[in-house]
Amino acid sequence: MQIKTRTQANTVIIELAGEIDLDSSPEVRKTILNETQRKHPRLIIDLTGVSYMDSSGIATLVEGLQYANQYQGQFLIAGIGPGVREVFELSRLDKVFKIYENINQALEQIA
Amino acid sequence: MDEIIEIQIPANPRYLKLIRKFVSNICEMVNFSNKQCNRITLAIDEACTNIIRHAYGGATDQPIILKTIILEDRIRFVLRDFGKKANLDSIQSRQLDEVRPGGLGVHLIKSVMDTFELKHVQTGNELILEKYFSITKEA
Repeated sequence: MQIKTRTQANTVIIELAGEIDLDSSPEVRKTILNETQRKHPRLIIDLTGVSYMDSSGIATLVEGLQYANQYQGQFLIAGIGPGVREVFELSRLDKVFKIYENINQALEQIA
Repeated sequence: MDEIIEIQIPANPRYLKLIRKFVSNICEMVNFSNKQCNRITLAIDEACTNIIRHAYGGATDQPIILKTIILEDRIRFVLRDFGKKANLDSIQSRQLDEVRPGGLGVHLIKSVMDTFELKHVQTGNELILEKYFSITKEA
C-alpha cells in the first residue's frame, strides 16, 4: 500500500495505491483522519492506483466523510476503477460520496 | 468424487492477500466471469476478516482453514475457525440506509453468495458459503 499526500489548488489530495484491506486500512485511516482533524476545507481521495478495496476501506472513507461533514469540508473521491466501484455499489454507498472519474474532474468540481 | 482444495493461514491480516489469490485462481479455474471472481474473492476476504476480528479478537497466531469443494453445479467454501463462538442471532446484514463505518461485511457476503450458513462446531465456528455456476446474482 502506498500513500502520498500533496496539495494542489488549495486542495489536499491523498493518493492511495495498492490493495486496501484489513491489513492496510489502519494506515489509510490514520492518514485521512490526520487531514480531517486539521479541518482542511477541500479533500480529494485519489483511488486511481487502488486495485482492491474491502469493507474496512469503505468504512475508513465513510469515517473521513463524516468528519469532513462535521466542519462542512468537501470530501471527494476520484479515480475509482470498476472493481472498487462495485464494492461501493454493493454497499449502496455510491450515492453517498461525490465520486469523479479522475483527479482533474474532481479538482474542477471542487474549485 | 468431489475435489477438495484446502489452505490454512494464521489469522493475521497480512495473509489475506494469499486467500484472495487462492480464491481468485480457483474461481477462474472453474470459469466464473471476471466480475464473479472479484465478487466471490471479496466475499471470502470479508468472511476471513470477520474471523480475525470477531472469532479471534485480533489474535494473529490462530488458524483459519479455508476448504474449497468443487461440486457439479456449484463451488462451496467452508471457513473454519477455533475462536469465540459467533452469536448466531446477531449475524445479519445491517440497514444500508444508515450511513456509518463498519458492519458491511455480512451484507457484502450475502449479496454475492447464493447460500450462507454459519454454525457452531465443537470448538469455534464453521461458515459454509456456496456459489452456483449457473446463477448470476446481482445485488
